[in-house]
Amino acid sequence: MSFPILTVITFTPLLGALIVFFIPKDKEDWIRWVSTIVSLVPLVLSFMVYAAVRANPGQMQFMEEYSWIPALDVYYRMGVDGISAVMVLLTALLSTLSYFYSAYTIKDRVKEYYFLFLLLQMGMSGVFVSLDLIFFYVFWEIGLVPMYLLIGVWGGANRIYASIKFFLYTLAGSAAMLLAIIGVYLYTGTFSILEAAAAHPFADNFVLAAAAFWAFFIAFAIKVPSFPFHTWLPDAHTEAPTCGSVILAGVLLKLGAYGLIRIVLPFFPGVFSYYSYNVPIIPILAVISIVYGALVCMAQWDLKRLIAYSSVSHMGYVTLGISAAAASLAMSGHSEGLMTSAVIGLNGAALQMFTHGIITGGLFFLVGIIYERAHTRDLKSFGGLGAKVPYYYGIMMVTGFASLGLPGLAGFWSEFFVFRGTFAIIPVFACIGIAGVVFTAAYILWKIVQYVFLGEFDQAKWDEATHHAKLTDMELFEKVTMWPLVLVMVLVGFYPTVVVALLNGASIALLGKL
Amino acid sequence: MQTFILLLPQLILFLAALVVFGLDLVGRDEKKWLPYVALAGTIVALVVAVYLVVAVELPAGPVLGGTVALDSFALFFQIVATLVAALVIISSLGYMQERTPYRAEFYGLLLIACLAITLVAAAADLIMVYVAFELLSITSYVLTGYLREDLKSNEAAIKYFLYGAMASAAMLYGMSLLYGATASTDLSAIASALLGADASLRWLIFPAIVLLMVGFGFKIAAVPFHQWSPDAYEGAPTPVTAFLSVGPKAAGFAVLVRVVLTALPDFRADWVALLSAISMMTMTLGNLVALSQRNIKRMLAYSSIAHAGYILIGLVSWDLWQSESVFNGINGVLIYLLAYLFTNLGAFAVVIAFEQATGSNQIEDYAGLMQRSPVLAGTMLIFLFSLTGIPGTGGFIGKLFVFGAAIQIQFYALAVVAIVNSVIAAFYYLNVLRYMFFQPAVEGASAFKVPPALTVTLAVTCGLTLIIGLYAQPFLQLAQSSVRLLGI
Repeated sequence: MSFPILTVITFTPLLGALIVFFIPKDKEDWIRWVSTIVSLVPLVLSFMVYAAVRANPGQMQFMEEYSWIPALDVYYRMGVDGISAVMVLLTALLSTLSYFYSAYTIKDRVKEYYFLFLLLQMGMSGVFVSLDLIFFYVFWEIGLVPMYLLIGVWGGANRIYASIKFFLYTLAGSAAMLLAIIGVYLYTGTFSILEAAAAHPFADNFVLAAAAFWAFFIAFAIKVPSFPFHTWLPDAHTEAPTCGSVILAGVLLKLGAYGLIRIVLPFFPGVFSYYSYNVPIIPILAVISIVYGALVCMAQWDLKRLIAYSSVSHMGYVTLGISAAAASLAMSGHSEGLMTSAVIGLNGAALQMFTHGIITGGLFFLVGIIYERAHTRDLKSFGGLGAKVPYYYGIMMVTGFASLGLPGLAGFWSEFFVFRGTFAIIPVFACIGIAGVVFTAAYILWKIVQYVFLGEFDQAKWDEATHHAKLTDMELFEKVTMWPLVLVMVLVGFYPTVVVALLNGASIALLGKL
Repeated sequence: MQTFILLLPQLILFLAALVVFGLDLVGRDEKKWLPYVALAGTIVALVVAVYLVVAVELPAGPVLGGTVALDSFALFFQIVATLVAALVIISSLGYMQERTPYRAEFYGLLLIACLAITLVAAAADLIMVYVAFELLSITSYVLTGYLREDLKSNEAAIKYFLYGAMASAAMLYGMSLLYGATASTDLSAIASALLGADASLRWLIFPAIVLLMVGFGFKIAAVPFHQWSPDAYEGAPTPVTAFLSVGPKAAGFAVLVRVVLTALPDFRADWVALLSAISMMTMTLGNLVALSQRNIKRMLAYSSIAHAGYILIGLVSWDLWQSESVFNGINGVLIYLLAYLFTNLGAFAVVIAFEQATGSNQIEDYAGLMQRSPVLAGTMLIFLFSLTGIPGTGGFIGKLFVFGAAIQIQFYALAVVAIVNSVIAAFYYLNVLRYMFFQPAVEGASAFKVPPALTVTLAVTCGLTLIIGLYAQPFLQLAQSSVRLLGI
């Protein structure tokens, strides 16, 4: 038996959580650094997985399969292809950075904080590597619990409302998904994601297939979140502690999108294409998310809430790319060019998952950094910070430009791919969605860059708004947190192939099987 | 001899009860060790019951003149009953010590109640059903009113008794109708008499079913026969509440399953319609009313009403032709009961510990429990998530099996109502978590320790809640093998 690398990636955080559990409460520095160091193990291993999967990204690799609950045909099944490998890496990277950043910023109930955060990391990695529906569901829900507590204990003023809203929304979705999982099992006789996908559950019964499709889709759309299921997100993101928002935006939202790619599209290609092309509900929801999300951003005065809404908009691109790939299946004349466009659309969606994770993760760190100093996120109380905190200004500019899709930075490629794929398949929605790009540029430049950094710095206004807070530039630990993210943004911006090669192989394999 | 061995758990319980009652009469000293005699009795009975499940060949027909069916289904409930009794006795030690000088009878009565549950689960004859049921009810009434200085405890017992007497009368009336229609009280004989009975009998049998459901519904606290339970739960000594929320409920389900499956298989359409409606009402009303509760015992009362609704889904989804399939409904009932038993007893152990330390049962007083007692807050978190049905806990496995059965038999409406309900339920469970974890403790609230006996209960219940959730296989096997009832 070879080295169970995925098991180690998934469960090392659990081991870390157990270690933290046994460290006395008052040894806070021990807790902080043990967690950070433990999290290096999955980080290094996921780099190795990433490198190994490159050779053949369309193939499920590092497969592990053990019987778990024989009475229920539930297996412990793990495996990664190109898309999951990228997501596993994203999870490990953002988690390690979060532990590192929290080591300096979390002062309250440190032990519980790290214990929960490590559990959360286990849940998230587990979702990306599971190939068994029940196993997937277990990780999906287990991640919910620590996030709920992280928001509720360490969150902002309105944290209690936000935490319960987050929990109930996700639970409602996943409860429906559970019924669909059982239905799929009863139809196909297996909980294996790959085997069930090959069997195309309910392919002979459109009504049941559509019911199961919507149950899965709504569960994932709540997590993505797609309009109209997005309302939990601004609250949860705004109230969560900095690293909670980073992980929420960076990884948790991707769980939903990943579910669409890994489960909904392969299981129900017929229904998905029907609702993407014949009755295009899903692309409509996607473009509403894109445009409406961006417009709402322009109306925000709370910097964190603004970035939260930008996630709604940016995750809309993901849904749009996936639905374009699905729509291609419904079109007559299954030509090669169409297939290429579908693959490009799906690549764009998956790449957007990765780049949005990196960029928005970075943006939430940056919001946290300014909030630590000013204790306010009100855009009206800033202005002219560019001259005062040049380093922060620079990093924010890079991240913000990456977010609005400036060529040369990571965000450009994912949006480009999504629109390239969508335009060839469902051009109407590409044309509407492109408006989102314009609004994104508007709110980044106008709201963030102009209101925060440009103009004259008004000391009196700052003092009044922040109660005489000291304005200093980024500390070393803050820079160290941001460096890897900026590096990835630039690297992917100049050489997208480093990620796209993995995604492309996986997308071709995935669409080829439909 | 064979019969004698099979009845050993019951005999041990009975003997232990006699010893406890008898020794209490001898001498005037306090005899602090008497509860341990009762505990030893339940543990020996538990070990014997497990041994019977594993190693003894069960008889092919009912014993004791056809009144007691010692099948694996009955043995499953013997295990459940003895486990419940053992855990409740451990949890009662400190609590009863503080509240009343008369304690020996308490443990004796618990043993009798436990014995009654094992008999109810094995009853193969309507007379036996009734007698065992009454034995359970009467001991439960006395246990509920055990704190005779406490007005709430008295009120609870009276309410429980009045409702119980009504329900018993209705049930007895139903039994007499069944007897009138079939000239037999034996469950299998009733089934064969009804087999191919002409349609005109239906007007007699349907009322009989309804009346029987009154009695059974009372025991499992299903809507609309649930009104006694919030008051009884709130007023009863908390260990008794813990017992009521699992013991009689399990007994009610045992007898309900056995009666409808053995005696009334031909009237499946009738009882399925009736029980489906009851199930939906029970889930919905239990959860909606639980939302507004401020006393944790009342909240758990309504929550346990709701859980009865979920468990009923398993029963109505039973299909004889699919008895070997993964989701056959009855295995869902059993695995759900098992997971619910540990979870609910654990939650009540937390309530007992909190009440012993602070004297309060108000949910808002749980504020800041994480700082005051991390053990209680941590274990309560697991119990509440198990009640919610989050994976990794036993509650999830139970829900998976009952929902699975409902989908398999295509009762989609039932499954959807249940799903909506489990989301509603999350709200009030999370409300308790909110106080424990998110709210600071009130001024002057100090940290406290959990008494050792309760720590044992917490460790056992929490451990088993997690084990069922993470490694369900042995429990599923037990449930699956216990689906075999005599006479169907």
